[in-house]
Amino acid sequence: MHESHTAEHVHHELGFVRKYIFSTDHKIIGIQYMITAMAMAVVGGLLSMLMRYQLAWPQMLSPTLAKIFPISYSGGVMAPEFYISLVTMHGTLMVFFLFTAVLTGGFGNFLIPLQIGARDMAFPFLNALSYWVFLLSCIVIFSALFVTSGAPMGGWTAYAPLSAVPSAAPGQATGMTLWITAIALFSVSGLMGGLNYITTILTMRTRGLSMMRLPLTQWSLLITAILGLLAFPVLLGAGILLMFDRLGGTSFFVPAGIIMGQVPIDHAGGHPLLWQHLFWFFGHPEVYIVVLPAMGMASDILSTFCRKPIFSYRMMVYSMVAISVLSFVVWGHHMFVSGMNPFLGSVFTLTTLLIAVPSAVKTFNWLGTMWGARIRFTAAGLFAIGFVSMFVSGGLSGIFLGTSAADIQLQDTYFVVAHFHLVMAIAPLFAAFAGLYFWFPKMFGRFMNPLLGKIHFWFTFIGAYCVFFPMHIIGVGGQMRRIYDPTQYMFLVPQQPVNVFITISAFILGAAQLIFLVNFFVSIFAGKRATERNPWHATTLEWTAPSPPGHGNFGEELPTVYRWPFDFSVPGEKEDFIPQDVPATVTARH
Amino acid sequence: MPVLTDDRRIGTVPPPIPPGDNGGNGPSEYGSSFPISKGQIGVWILLTAVVMLFAGLSSAYIVLRGVPAWQNIELPSLLWPNTAILLLSSVAIDLARRAVRRRDAQSMKRWLIAGLVLGAAFLLGQVAAWRQLVNAGVYLPSTLQSSFFYILSGLHGVHLLGGVIALVWVLVAALENKITVFNYERLKLCALYWHVMDAIWIYLFGMLLLS
Amino acid sequence: MADGTGPGRFTLSGIVLAGLIVILIVASLYFFIAQPYWFPILASEHGARIDSLFMAVLVVSGIAFVLVQGALGFFVARYGENGRERAAYWHDNPKAEAILLIITAVILTVLVFMGQRVWASIYFSDAPTDATIVEITGEQFLWNFHYAGPDGQFGRTDSKLITSTNNIGLDRDDPAAKDDIVSIGNMHAPVNKPVRVRLRSKDVIHSFFLPNFRVKQDAVPGMGIEVWFTPTKAGPFEVACAELCGLGHYRMKAALTIDESQEKFNQWLEEAAKQ
Repeated sequence: MHESHTAEHVHHELGFVRKYIFSTDHKIIGIQYMITAMAMAVVGGLLSMLMRYQLAWPQMLSPTLAKIFPISYSGGVMAPEFYISLVTMHGTLMVFFLFTAVLTGGFGNFLIPLQIGARDMAFPFLNALSYWVFLLSCIVIFSALFVTSGAPMGGWTAYAPLSAVPSAAPGQATGMTLWITAIALFSVSGLMGGLNYITTILTMRTRGLSMMRLPLTQWSLLITAILGLLAFPVLLGAGILLMFDRLGGTSFFVPAGIIMGQVPIDHAGGHPLLWQHLFWFFGHPEVYIVVLPAMGMASDILSTFCRKPIFSYRMMVYSMVAISVLSFVVWGHHMFVSGMNPFLGSVFTLTTLLIAVPSAVKTFNWLGTMWGARIRFTAAGLFAIGFVSMFVSGGLSGIFLGTSAADIQLQDTYFVVAHFHLVMAIAPLFAAFAGLYFWFPKMFGRFMNPLLGKIHFWFTFIGAYCVFFPMHIIGVGGQMRRIYDPTQYMFLVPQQPVNVFITISAFILGAAQLIFLVNFFVSIFAGKRATERNPWHATTLEWTAPSPPGHGNFGEELPTVYRWPFDFSVPGEKEDFIPQDVPATVTARH
Repeated sequence: MPVLTDDRRIGTVPPPIPPGDNGGNGPSEYGSSFPISKGQIGVWILLTAVVMLFAGLSSAYIVLRGVPAWQNIELPSLLWPNTAILLLSSVAIDLARRAVRRRDAQSMKRWLIAGLVLGAAFLLGQVAAWRQLVNAGVYLPSTLQSSFFYILSGLHGVHLLGGVIALVWVLVAALENKITVFNYERLKLCALYWHVMDAIWIYLFGMLLLS
Repeated sequence: MADGTGPGRFTLSGIVLAGLIVILIVASLYFFIAQPYWFPILASEHGARIDSLFMAVLVVSGIAFVLVQGALGFFVARYGENGRERAAYWHDNPKAEAILLIITAVILTVLVFMGQRVWASIYFSDAPTDATIVEITGEQFLWNFHYAGPDGQFGRTDSKLITSTNNIGLDRDDPAAKDDIVSIGNMHAPVNKPVRVRLRSKDVIHSFFLPNFRVKQDAVPGMGIEVWFTPTKAGPFEVACAELCGLGHYRMKAALTIDESQEKFNQWLEEAAKQ
C-alpha cells in the first residue's frame, strides 16, 4: 500500500519549511509537541537525577559535578539553593511541559481529526499558533535555568510570600519572573489548543459518529479541554496578581509587617492563603488534565490488545465526567494544614473521598476488560496494563492523604511525593509510552523495535516501583519534602539506606529511558516499514488512513461510522475485530 | 424604514452547499452534524475562558475585601461617561447586525463605524480615567482596591482591544461588500463578544462601586 | 475455526508480569506489616488517634491493593493470547458495577466519618486552661519560642522593634515583657500537660512539624494560628520545618525537650530567663 498521493487535494507542493516546520497540519503539530515535550522531559529527568544523587549522599564531595556546575557546587558540595531550584524546575518542566504537552498537545493534536474522521482541526492556523506559543514558553522556562541571579526556588507551586517577594530567596528575582511568564504563555497556548479540540470534536465528527460511538481517547480529550478552559484562566489571573506583587508593589498575597533578613518589606496587607486557593483551584483540575487523556488512551489500547470490548463503556464516560466535575471542589485537600478554616477541611475530605468512587469504577472496568480476554503482550499492551497497576497503587495512597486527620502527619512528606508521582507522573507516562508504541506506525509509517520496546517496559515497570514505592515508607518515617539533606535530622538518619536504594533505582530507571529514546528516533528513519494500514487490528478510524496519513487524512471520501469502536471478538464474526467504518451486516451492535 | 438596497452585494440568493463535511461549518452533504457552527462554538469557548479569568480575579477581590487593611478609593468620575460610551458602542454594533438582517448594507456600515469609534473612545476614556486617578495621587500599589482597579480595568481594556481589532477586520470585510445576509457570522460573533465584554465591564464597575 | 469459546492461555510475558506483581504485593505487605522503617516514636496523646486512623486506612487500602493488583496479576497470567480461541464478548454487568460502586462508597464514607471524629477532636476542641502556652515565631531559618514567664502575661511584640538581637520584636518597656523568655531553637514543655502553641511567621510560610507528636501546622505571615497537643513521653525530640521557605529550609530545625516534671521545666525557664 503506497503513500496516497492520490489523496492530496490540489495543493502546491509545500516546501520543507512550510510542510514540516511552520505546518498547520495537525499531525505535524502533534509530533512537534511530542518531540518538544520529550526534550523537556530529558532536561527534567536529568534534574531529578541530580536531586536523587544529592539525597542519597548529601555530604559527599563531588569533584566531577563541581567541574560541570562550578557555582552550584562550589566546594564540591551542592549549594542548597541549587537543590531547591532543581526541585522547582523538575516539577514545573514535568507537570506542564512534559505531561500536559505530550498527552493533550501531542496525542490530542495527532489523534483528534483522525479518530473523528475529519481532515484537520477546526482552526488549523490557531493550532499552529498554539504550538509556537508553547515553544516560546519552553524557551522562557528553560532560560530560567541560566539567569545569574538563580533559577526560581518556589517549588512548582510557587507559594506566596516566598514567590511574591524577590528578596525571599536567591532565584526569586529574575528567575521567578521568568517562571511566571513561561506559565502564562503556556496557559495561553493551552487555551488556544483547548478551544480547537472542543470545537473540532463537537462539530467535525464524520457521518454516523455519534458521541456515544467516540473512542474513550476522544472523550477524555474533550473533557480535558473543558477542564483546561475553566482552570487555566484562574491560574493566569493568579499569576498576573503575583507578578504585580513582585514588580508593581501591590499586596495581593503579601501581608503587612514582614521582614526578610532584617529588611522590612513594605506591603499593605494581602493574604498568602489566597494564592494557595487560587493556585489549587487550578492545580487540582490540572492533575486530572494530565491523567484523563492517559486514562482514555490506556482504555482504548487495553481493549485493543485484550481483543475484548472495554468493560462498561457508558460508565467509563460517566465516571470521567464525574471526576472532572468533582475535581473543582476538592482543591482544599492540598491545604489541610495551611491555616485554612478546619471546617473547610472537613468539607474537602468528604469531596476528596467522593472523587475516589468514579476512579474506583474505572479501575474495576479495566479489570473487567482483562477478565476473559485474550491479551497480546506487545510493548503498547504491556504499558497499558502497567498503567492500571501504577494508577491503582497511586490512587490508594491518595485515600490516606484525603483523610484530613491522617494528612496532618503525611502532608509535605515523601508520602505525598510517592502518591503524586505514581498517579500523575508514572501512570500517565505508561499511557504515553503505550500511545507512542501503538500509534508510531500511523505517525511515521514504520514500527519501533518490538524487542527493545519490551525491554524498555520491564525495566520501567520494575524501576518505577523500586523508586516510588519506598517513598511511601520514608514518608511515613517523616522525611519532609524539598529538603536537601535528610541527615540533618536524627530521626531521619536510620532511613538513609532507603534513600540510597531509591537513588540507585532512579539511575537505572533513567538509563532505561535511553532505550526508548534511541528506539524512537532511530525507528523514525530505519524502523521496519508498516506495510498494512492497521497492523494492530484495531477498530478506530485512524487505522483506515494510510501510514502516515497524507494531507487531508482520508483520501477523496471521508469514512462513515456504523458502530462503536469496541467490536472485538464478536461472536459469529469471521475476524476478531470489526472496524468502526464497516457497515452493519446482521445486527448493528451499537 | 428598511430599504432593499445593494441586493447583489448583501444577497438574496443563498450559496450552494459545499461537498464533503464543510469543515464543520454547518450544513454539508453529510447533513448538519452539529447545530452550532464552529465559529460560534469557538467564540463561546473564548468567552468562557475570559469569564473564568475575571471570575478568578473577582474571587480574589471578594476575599481581600474582608482583610483589615482594605481601603476604598474614590473611583475616577470619567468611568461613568465611559460606561455610557461602551453601552452605546454595543448598541451600535447590534444595530449593524440587525441592519444585515434587513439587507440594509449602508446602515450596517454606518453602525459598524459608529461602534468602532465608540469602542476606541471607551479605551481612550479608560486611559484618561487612569490619568485622573494618578493625578489624584492614587497609584497601582496605593491600596488593595486601587491595585484591583488598575489591573481589572487594564485586563478588560486589553480584551476589548482584541474586540476592536476583530471589529476592524469585520469592517474591512463590510466595506469590501463581503458581508451578506447568508455570510455575516463574523459580524454576529463580533457582536456577541462585544456584548459580553460590555457585561463584564458593568459587572466589574458594579463590584468596584459596591465595596 | 474456534468460535468464541474459552478464554486464552498462559504466556511467558503474562507469567513474568504476574510474578512481578506477586513480588510487589509481598514486598509491600512486608514493609507495612513488619515495619522495618515506620513512624517516629509516638509521644503525644492525640497522636495515638491519628496513628489508629492511619492503620484503619492502611487495612482498607491494603486489602484493596492486594485484591486489585492480585486480580491484575491473575488475569495477565491466565488470559494471554495463545491458540485461536476468542476473548469472551461480555462487557456490561450493571449489577456487579452497582454493587462494587456501592461497596466502595460505603467504605469510603465510613472512613470519612472515622477521620472526621479524629479531626474534630483535634481542631474543634479547645485547649484546657492549664496548658503551657508558647508563642512560636518562625523565620528564615530558625524557630523562636516565646514564653510568658512567671507573670503569665505575654509582653507586647511589634515588628518594628525587630533587630538582630530581638528576633520577635519584644517590647522590653512593656511591664508584662519584663519576665518573658525568648529561646531560639530550643523549646521545652512538661510531660503530660497540654501545650498550646501560637504560630506566627516573620517572613514566608513555614510549617511547625513535630514528627513524634503528630503535629503539623503552617506558620503563615499575617496570621496567628493555634494548635495544641499533650506530650506523653519525656525526652529530647526534634522540630522540623515542613514548608519550603527558602534556601535554608533543610536546616530549619529546633530541639524540643519534654521535661519529666513541672519542676524541671520551671528550672529550665529560670535558666533561660537569665540569658
